[in-house]
Amino acid sequence: MNPHGHDHARSPDAGDAMPSYYEIMETSVRELLVEKQLISAGEIRRMLEVMDSRTPALGSKLVARAWVDPEFRARLLANGRAACEELGISFFEDTQLIVLENTDKIHNLLVCTLCSCYPREILGLPPDWYKLKPYRVRAVKEPRAVLAEFGTVIPDDVEVRVNDSTAMVRYLVLPQRPPHTENFSEEQLASLVTRDAMIGVARATVP
Amino acid sequence: MSEGLGRALKPLPNIVKAEREDPLFKAGDNVKIAMRFPIGHFRVPNYIRGKRGRVEAVIEPPAVNNEDEGFGRNAGVKRHYYRLAIPLTELWPKYGGSSNDGLRIEVFETWLERS
Repeated sequence: MNPHGHDHARSPDAGDAMPSYYEIMETSVRELLVEKQLISAGEIRRMLEVMDSRTPALGSKLVARAWVDPEFRARLLANGRAACEELGISFFEDTQLIVLENTDKIHNLLVCTLCSCYPREILGLPPDWYKLKPYRVRAVKEPRAVLAEFGTVIPDDVEVRVNDSTAMVRYLVLPQRPPHTENFSEEQLASLVTRDAMIGVARATVP
Repeated sequence: MSEGLGRALKPLPNIVKAEREDPLFKAGDNVKIAMRFPIGHFRVPNYIRGKRGRVEAVIEPPAVNNEDEGFGRNAGVKRHYYRLAIPLTELWPKYGGSSNDGLRIEVFETWLERS
């Protein structure tokens, strides 16, 4: 019995499990770098703030702008990074951005088979499944089955393009604008654009 | 699409370019990804080594070899990355989806051979 008179089911807390080999390695390297004064604890905290300031809302805004402004859309497809910077989305990594447009004939999907390359400037941190082996292996081997498990069934006459991010380039999917949204404001359109739609495992939400 | 990605300005006609300044391959070229297995972490996944593809675009600007950089060696020479198109049926002979389905991936010049 706890002080307020009833039992709580004991559910595991985050951090109860023993840290893995790589978590221990990361902690050790981090603490050594701080101890040797190569980086400071404040710098690490600051980088977490940098990452936390990036969320899929930035991408939703970008996509909604591309849907309503054909000239912006053309600039975004020609040079993704420059178009992001135009909207005030700065880049903190030395990478280019290729924006891939989904059409009636082509469906794009993003993966990083080697690790977890992701358009962090625009979407923030990747979801856990994106970093785990099953997705990374299967996205390039049986993309249609993976998409179906996300509820996205791609017709046979639509080409599936898997984009494996390995080096200097990051990708973002420009999903198709859903039907019957002609009278939507840019803000309303942005609310239809989910993170998963910009990774390509889903379509934009149909209102 | 990636066609206009950071395209370099045209040099004056009397400028002689150094070797490797220009990309070795161009869009449309058929290439084969080298079948090499050096020890270490390389940015060319095993599943595309030895496979054939087509150059879809040259990625500008040229970049240092980040695989050398990863080992603290940087010769200071920059080369290009290429965006390759590889059919999924080339990667997986038993691929069950549409034969139009494909992979797009960027590979550094040192890994490519003419095919």
